Amino acid sequence: MSRSVIDSTPAATDSSVSAPETRIPLPPRRRRRRSPLAYWLILPAVLLELLVHLIPMVLGVWIAFISLNQLTLTNWVNAPFVGLQNFMNGLDPNSSIGQAFFATIGRTLLYTVLVVGFSWTLGMAAAVFLNSKFRGRALLRTFFLVPYALPAYVGTIAWAFMFNNRDGAINQVLVDTMGLFDGDRPFWLLGDNAFGAMVIVNVWQLWPFAFLMLMAALQNVPNDVYEAAALDGASLWQQFRTITLPMVQPANGVLLLVMSLWTFNQFNVPFVLFGATSPESATLISPLIYQNSFGSWNFGLGGAMSVLLLLVLLVASAFYIRMVLPKGKNND
Amino acid sequence: MIETRNFRVLRNIVLTLLTLWVAIPLYVVVSTSVKPLADVSGVFEWIPRSFTLAPYIDIWSTVPLAEYFKNSLIVAVSATFFSVIVAVLAAYSISRLAFKGKRAFSLIVLSTQMFPGIMFLLPLFLIYTQIRNVTGIQLQGSYLGLIITFMTFTLPFAIWMLTGYFASIPIELEEAAMIDGTGRMGALIRVVLPVAKPGIIAVAVYSFIAAWGEVLFASVLSNESTKTLSLGLKDYASQTDVFWNQLMAASVVVSLPVLIGFILVQKHLVAGLAAGSVK
Repeated sequence: MSRSVIDSTPAATDSSVSAPETRIPLPPRRRRRRSPLAYWLILPAVLLELLVHLIPMVLGVWIAFISLNQLTLTNWVNAPFVGLQNFMNGLDPNSSIGQAFFATIGRTLLYTVLVVGFSWTLGMAAAVFLNSKFRGRALLRTFFLVPYALPAYVGTIAWAFMFNNRDGAINQVLVDTMGLFDGDRPFWLLGDNAFGAMVIVNVWQLWPFAFLMLMAALQNVPNDVYEAAALDGASLWQQFRTITLPMVQPANGVLLLVMSLWTFNQFNVPFVLFGATSPESATLISPLIYQNSFGSWNFGLGGAMSVLLLLVLLVASAFYIRMVLPKGKNND
Repeated sequence: MIETRNFRVLRNIVLTLLTLWVAIPLYVVVSTSVKPLADVSGVFEWIPRSFTLAPYIDIWSTVPLAEYFKNSLIVAVSATFFSVIVAVLAAYSISRLAFKGKRAFSLIVLSTQMFPGIMFLLPLFLIYTQIRNVTGIQLQGSYLGLIITFMTFTLPFAIWMLTGYFASIPIELEEAAMIDGTGRMGALIRVVLPVAKPGIIAVAVYSFIAAWGEVLFASVLSNESTKTLSLGLKDYASQTDVFWNQLMAASVVVSLPVLIGFILVQKHLVAGLAAGSVK
């Protein structure tokens, strides 16, 4: 079927050339006509986005202004309006809940910087070295992507087992083989250690994404640029700094922003690693909202925190959109 | 970069370290999954003392793994199927037709994926309860609710990636078909879809992986009879007494379908991601 269509293409082109007055041959993209069909085609997507994203977003803002708890949950339409009370209760920097909220924001920012920083560095290293030709390169490339392709909870469960205090591989190496900690077996998933453990798990899962994107970007860098630089006596590090980095810059902005947002919003890793309640040192903002909503049934408080988060992310996503969607006539 | 000797030495060191970093957790999973229980509780041993496939059999009765598998398959396959159809229609519209509000539509679709799932979780739960109260349609705890939720969450990325794919297909192909008397939809189905097959497969695999691994919404929108693999295994892993060898065997079993799928379409996925992101 498609073959016959392709065969008929030259004929179609001929006809447009022979009758120039009925059609303007260039540019081809200008030939679009407005039609109701366009709306029918996007209708299913619009309905789903409305039901699952847009209406919940608006409702989420509303929840922050009503008193919603276990009793009013099933009949939430009639829950009483309480104005700014949820914001006052939850976000007062002098109350313990407020302090926890602001500390969590700070902790989540630090977490984001660490996870994205390490992931980017590992991804860049792998992309640069796999960009050269050698035996086994294709195999390694696929292998490095495995942590990303694995169901996220499987990777986290594997790490939870490795971090296990008694049976885990990590204490076997650090305590039994290397003799660290004077024979004490540290609890990696409790107390202050939990934060670092969570960073490691998240980097393990995220870095292949950075690798994937940077590898794609590096393919556009022609090799003779490096050759010229090497002839001029540029060291490897100089070549990396003055050629590789600037060349991947366009892709880099989007990559860093997307990874930062994903990490800032991270829920799966702590949820699988620690369960519904994370240790305090490792509580991120998404799990905190989850705990407040579904743990202590204080939905209004969770809602108020969500609204603040929404405002922050709206600014971030405005940056993202500007990078991804080029302003142009083609976008109407 | 230019392959000097230093470069090669550095490359070998870095790639070896990265390989170990990726391989060690995977090795721990696989080696633990073939150990008898007695060898798993106690200090970890890198080389299994004895080999058994029993964990791969026992896990099916330790947790209702078959039930979880069925639930995850139903939800992930349906979500993928419908997500691809909806995304193809929307992406075709964006890349080929002119309409008012196109930029606004693209903006909204793109921006929704930037927000954390947790923000939608409770409102969505409330909306689903309200829909049940009014219409009697059960979305909380049912397959339908999970499918609708999962498919929408993969939609933004799917639409974005397919729009890029469609835009790279020469419009002359469809015009030729339409001159031959085929309608817009006929051109889409008979001309565009066959050419865009790699992109569509990549999007499908992406959606499947996302639905297969989802935990947050499954934890609130599923119940005992619709519990997915991700949630079932997560719940089991957080119990106090875990048969780690069986859990690792289950991990291998649930990972194989997505890993095989991923390796098969890896090239398309990489190319598609690159096309969408690097522009």
